[in-house]
Order: sequence, then C-alpha cells, then structure tokens
Amino acid sequence: MSLFNVFGISGSALQAQTLRLNTTSSNMANANSVSSSIGSTYRARHPVFAPMINEFSNEKKATGVKVLGIVESKRPLRSEYSPEHPMADEEGYIYMPNVNMIEEMADMISASRSYQSNIEVMTTAKKMLMRTLQLGQ
Amino acid sequence: MAIGLGQSFNMHEQALYLQARRTELLSSNLANAETPHYKAKDFDFKASLQAAVRNPFGNKLLNETNLKHIQPKSGDLRFDPLYRMPYQVSLDGNSVEPQVEMAAFNDNAIRYMASLRFLNGKISTLMSAIRGD
Repeated sequence: MSLFNVFGISGSALQAQTLRLNTTSSNMANANSVSSSIGSTYRARHPVFAPMINEFSNEKKATGVKVLGIVESKRPLRSEYSPEHPMADEEGYIYMPNVNMIEEMADMISASRSYQSNIEVMTTAKKMLMRTLQLGQ
Repeated sequence: MAIGLGQSFNMHEQALYLQARRTELLSSNLANAETPHYKAKDFDFKASLQAAVRNPFGNKLLNETNLKHIQPKSGDLRFDPLYRMPYQVSLDGNSVEPQVEMAAFNDNAIRYMASLRFLNGKISTLMSAIRGD
C-alpha cells in the first residue's frame, strides 16, 4: 500500500542525512590535524547520494535515496612553511587538511533541514494512516 | 431508484487511492532533495481522478474496437507521473525545491483527511438509513 511505502522512503532519507551529518562532523573535528606528508593528511570526506532505482522496474516510481559511498575531496592540501613545528618534514613544510569550514557549516544546516522535513513527512503519513484506520467508527 | 453501494463510494475511494499514491511520490521527491540529477515528479490529480472514476481498476483505459486490440500491461494506468518544472536552476541537476514539495505535500494531506471525512459521512448516512432512524 502506498502510504506504508512512505515510511521506507523517508526512513532512507533520514539515514542518508545522518550519514552526511556524521561526515560533516568528522571533517570539522579534523580540520586542523597537521601531518608531515601529503599522503597521510586528512582529506575532507563527502557522501555520494543516488536514488534507489531498480533498472528493471518502471522508471517513474517513487524511490528512496541511498548512499553510494564516501569520497575524499581532491582539492589541494594547504601547506605551510614552519620549520620549528615538531611535525615538519625535511624541507620545513607541514600539511593541513583541505576542509572548508564554511562549506561544512552550510552542509550541516542543509542536512538538518532535510532531516526535519523528512520527519514531518513521516509524521503526516502516520496521521493519515491512523485516521484511515478509524474509518466508519 | 436503485443506488449501488459501490457507486456512492466510488469517487471517494478513487480519490483516497490517488491521494495515497501522490503522498508516496511527493515523499520520494523530498527524500531525494539533495540527490544529484534527480528530477521532481508529480501527476495531474484532477485528470487522474476523472480517469479513475471511469475506470476503477486502472486496467481499461484504451478503446478496444477490434478483437485483436490488447491493453497495455505497464502497471497502473490511472495516473501518469510527469516532471515538475523548477523555478530556479541548480548546479547539480537536482530539480526538487523543498518549499514547493512541502506545500504540495501538506495540501495533499489535508485533502486526504477531507476525503476520509466525506467517506465517514456517507457511511454514517447509510448506517442510519439501514437502521431506519
């Protein structure tokens, strides 16, 4: 029945937004983690969303959202010249992560708004179903 | 004048069914509000309701004038999802606008409650007719 599918669809959206919030908080927590080499520096992580479409089914059905995976950002790392730093390499450079705090804040706000609107969808669908069960009484 | 029970309920039953399908579609739009290249879908409720009242099981929408004509098998013909035109362009190809979708979703939810109310009214009318008071 269609209204029961709404719980599955909105549930998948809540899960995806939670994952997005988790990666955002991980990025913000590690924004200042210094490292001595380019290979081992923390890079900003972002989830990749896609609709849950089954290739063999009708294209215009209602689908939830799934997370295909988490990718690391390929933006260049920040490097600073500071030879007195305990973790500087032979040339005196330290490498900082490529996390953009403003983008992460915007992501966090967007994820929480999406989460709220999906909660509202679930609540309304639940109300509709409860009222339907009381039909005829 | 004989009024079948099915006839008096038919329009509200079809309206409830279509509103439930529309809720599902709109919730799918809201769930995919951040998915790249996802396009928002909706269907024309008025036209679908008219089609559904004429064709309650969603299986006889094409006119069969010859014995060799067959009906299409692709799912429910009562409604036909179309793509919604966005007001603003977006960088990642996503055409969902949460404010439009939430407005449509709430509008649909209220109409669903209204259909339930009408159905309840019809049922209680019939019950009082059966009881005779």
